Amino acid sequence: MELPPKVKNILLLDSEGKRIAAKYYSGDWPTNTAKEAFEKAVFSKTQKTNARTEVEVTALENNIIVYKFVQDLHFFVTGGEEENELILASVLQGLFDAVNLLLRGNADKREALDNLDLIFLCFDEIIDGGIVLETDANVIAEKAGINSIDPNAPLSEQTISQALATAREHLTRSLMK
Amino acid sequence: MAQPFVKKDDDHDDEMEYSPFMGIEKGAVLQEARVFNDAQVDPRRCSQVITKLLYLLNQGESFTKVEATEVFFSVTKLFQSKDTGLRRMVYLIIKELSPSSDEVIIVTSSLMKDMNSKIDMYRANAIRVLCRIIDGTLLTQIERYLKQAIVDKNPVVSSAALVSGLHLLRTNPEIVKRWSNEVQEGVQSRSALVQFHALALLHQIRQNDRLAVSKLVGSLTRGSVRSPLAQCLLIRYTSQVIRDMSNHGQSGERPFYEFLESCLRHKAEMVILEAARAITELDGVTSRELTPAITVLQLFLSSPKPVLRFAAVRTLNKVSMTHPMAVTNCNIDMESLISDQNRSIATLAITTLLKTGNESSVERLMKQITNFMSDIADEFKIVVVDAIRSLCVKFPLKYRSLMTFLSNILREEGGFEYKRAIVDSIVTIIRDIPDAKEGGLLHLCEFIEDCEFTYLSTQILHFLGIEGPKTSDPSKYIRYIYNRVHLENATVRAAAVSTLAKFGFMVESLKPRITVLLKRCIYDSDDEVRDRATLFLSVLGGDGTLDADKDSKEFLFGSLEAPLGNMETSLKNYDPSEEAFDINSVPKEVKSQPLAEKKAQGKKPTGLGAPPAAPASGFEGYERLLSSIPEFAAFGKLFKSSSPVELTEAETEYAVNVVKHIFDNHVVFQYNCTNTIPEQLLERVNVIVDASEAEEFSEVASKALNSLPYDSPGQAFVAFEKPAGVPAVGKFSNTLTFVVKEVDPSTGEAEDDGVEDEYQLEDLEVVSADYMVKVSVSNFRNAWESMNEEDEHVDEYGLGQRESLGEAIKAVIDLLGMQPCEGTETVPSNARSHTCLLSGVYIGNVKVLVRAQFGMDSSKEIAMKLAVRAEDVSVAEAIHEIVANG
Repeated sequence: MELPPKVKNILLLDSEGKRIAAKYYSGDWPTNTAKEAFEKAVFSKTQKTNARTEVEVTALENNIIVYKFVQDLHFFVTGGEEENELILASVLQGLFDAVNLLLRGNADKREALDNLDLIFLCFDEIIDGGIVLETDANVIAEKAGINSIDPNAPLSEQTISQALATAREHLTRSLMK
Repeated sequence: MAQPFVKKDDDHDDEMEYSPFMGIEKGAVLQEARVFNDAQVDPRRCSQVITKLLYLLNQGESFTKVEATEVFFSVTKLFQSKDTGLRRMVYLIIKELSPSSDEVIIVTSSLMKDMNSKIDMYRANAIRVLCRIIDGTLLTQIERYLKQAIVDKNPVVSSAALVSGLHLLRTNPEIVKRWSNEVQEGVQSRSALVQFHALALLHQIRQNDRLAVSKLVGSLTRGSVRSPLAQCLLIRYTSQVIRDMSNHGQSGERPFYEFLESCLRHKAEMVILEAARAITELDGVTSRELTPAITVLQLFLSSPKPVLRFAAVRTLNKVSMTHPMAVTNCNIDMESLISDQNRSIATLAITTLLKTGNESSVERLMKQITNFMSDIADEFKIVVVDAIRSLCVKFPLKYRSLMTFLSNILREEGGFEYKRAIVDSIVTIIRDIPDAKEGGLLHLCEFIEDCEFTYLSTQILHFLGIEGPKTSDPSKYIRYIYNRVHLENATVRAAAVSTLAKFGFMVESLKPRITVLLKRCIYDSDDEVRDRATLFLSVLGGDGTLDADKDSKEFLFGSLEAPLGNMETSLKNYDPSEEAFDINSVPKEVKSQPLAEKKAQGKKPTGLGAPPAAPASGFEGYERLLSSIPEFAAFGKLFKSSSPVELTEAETEYAVNVVKHIFDNHVVFQYNCTNTIPEQLLERVNVIVDASEAEEFSEVASKALNSLPYDSPGQAFVAFEKPAGVPAVGKFSNTLTFVVKEVDPSTGEAEDDGVEDEYQLEDLEVVSADYMVKVSVSNFRNAWESMNEEDEHVDEYGLGQRESLGEAIKAVIDLLGMQPCEGTETVPSNARSHTCLLSGVYIGNVKVLVRAQFGMDSSKEIAMKLAVRAEDVSVAEAIHEIVANG
């Protein structure tokens, strides 16, 4: 019997349900067609809900799915129906916050695609083969963010919005410590 | 400010979404991947190309073997670069490419170097990559580094090694098991996640050693676990230990319950939830054990976090299936969740309320649900409809408001599955509650007036044909049915013609009018419709002699003697030849009875699919099966069949359960046997029954099972004679005897010689409850008052100390085997007294009603006043005798 909590997949979809990044850890969806069908079902089931302030949750095909949206990004974490939804929620929250940190507070689809390498690294740092590796957003962001734009680059080379984002990030980091 | 790319973006913003991967193509990216081979590695550019490759893989693109190998080889060159960001991407792509074992060798040395690097990030990641792609022989080479990594100062490194261990345990258990000292050290780690991973691995290593697991749990529950995740794990292990202990017959105070309860006060919500869930899932949990868990879940119900509300209502929903009374305290909180933004929560709340609600709240609940039905998806609606169906069976008096609700939603928009669920529910209600029949049939009639689903129309027409003629005014259905002949497709028209004919045949006064209607159908454009009309016209126009009547009745209403499954196999095996297919050659014995039985019980209200006249699922099947066996055909009408009683433990070589069939003068035991050993064929399977402890019974016949191949259940029978109409009881011991033949699993052929053998089964008892059939009455008071008051038999009993009133009531119901009426089998919590109404039919077809009043004093002593009314005084006395002896 598998006792440690297991995550079956992590999905990041856009506002039309298209896959931006996805990682599957279970054999429940063996083909890409099956994966896409699952993503479509998840997306259409959650599309009309407001998951912008709190982590939301639903059940689909004997799975528990927790989800949270920001801008045009839809984050999902799936686990089996016996799974503790609060553990899944902590994984989702860790992922969500880490991506937000890495994208310096402007998390949206465009920013995510521009930094897709960071998103992939983020996935890799949260779950290893279905097992929870880390849920602390700061640790995840730190580990994944090694080659993000050098935060110490002179301000003159950054746009105003980037500069603001950097400032905001510095602030949140110091608050979170 | 005005940087070029911003401008470009403005141009494109309206017409097309910007994406750095727009127009990306596999071929081009593979071409680009050649930069990996450059003498001077450009880390930034290489990282970008790897990201593109990962993007392609992530979008479901696949690389051919050659492509993957080529990419893999060039990626390995990137280990020269010292750029940490690039190295990280290299690790990622190697994992995604999952190279074959001969390719792995190329990177092992680089990865092993990284495993011993000074940079923590390199060590951690190199371990994860290497363990993902490695095989057993290589693993032994790096084993000592992994052991070192587990106790590494850096928690990230040690977690990486532990998690890799968890994965490797599946493929190389013997190697990972050698690490337990290091893992043990990890359990003591100060890092929360290292502790979690170490605990997971340690348990996995020892999982087959029950004693070691129990020791581990015992020492850890004393409180050295810091991380909430590890604490959750510990709770799971603890419940497993509790389960194992109770399986092995340890009784007394439940071990570790205190630990679970203390976790309910943990500061992390995930731990509280895990503990509450563990408590609710304990085997045979008592209400005292449940209460603290229910209390914390109740608090969660009003949490601002949807996940918490969902988790709580989901758990309570499960509890309500087994302990509805324990959940009633949460009803008020639950009702406020009906309007929850999150529809999953609302649906769970409703279905829970429908299970725990009492009769008085039904109407209010239905009102709330009506408001909410329009804006939920079909799949939720089906859940609600199913819950309403069971509610209606539980509170037959409320059928009116429930039926109104069902007919209203039947008129609304909805998909096939949803409509079918509603129709099934209405059919079940019509079948179980006679008062609801006429109204329900009319709702169905209205529905087929405007039904887009052929399948549902034909099913309803068939059902109408059986139930309609038995109503007080059958003529009012004719219009609806005949309308189908005008307005529908050929399939529905044909079904309508058959239904009309049934009315004509059953209701003499309608015959002339039906004949006129059928005559009009002879000119239908479809040949099946024409054929049926012609056929039925000639049946209806028959000369009315008794024989012809019987034949046509059999033709119209009779069912196939052989099960459809057998029929299908026989027809498939039939070789078209001179010889006609003989329907009598189809085997009538029901194959795989226990399986079908289980399924039927799983979704008890079987609706349209089930034989309509059967009072209980399976009963008609048994009746048909028994009457097809010549030895038992003369026993008369089957009175009752019990549900299967297991005579073997689960997972033994031969699985046997028994169904007790009660006749007036006889009892037949049907032994359903399953052979679970693929290498064996059993022949001449017989059950030897010793009835020395059942004096009133004498064996009259037995029917052995000729052959019992692997995994294909079969039945053996033993019949006993007993005094007529008397509820004789007794104990029987059973031994299975048979001849074993070895089977070659590759060819499936059995050897010629067999060995005689026998197998001891558990004892079987015939008890008084076997002579009682559960029959519900829709209005208990009327039924009670219609019985002669002078025949009432009252007595009082002390039931001794019990855990709760509900438990005592359940015991009495089980003892008598009667149907609880009007939901009186559930007791409000904290109640000190309760009245339970029971009804049933006793052997000899004697109707029995029981009114049992229970009271509990402060020391939990329970007293019962039992009033019995029966059509026969001696039966009322017999009931008291049963209780007095139980």
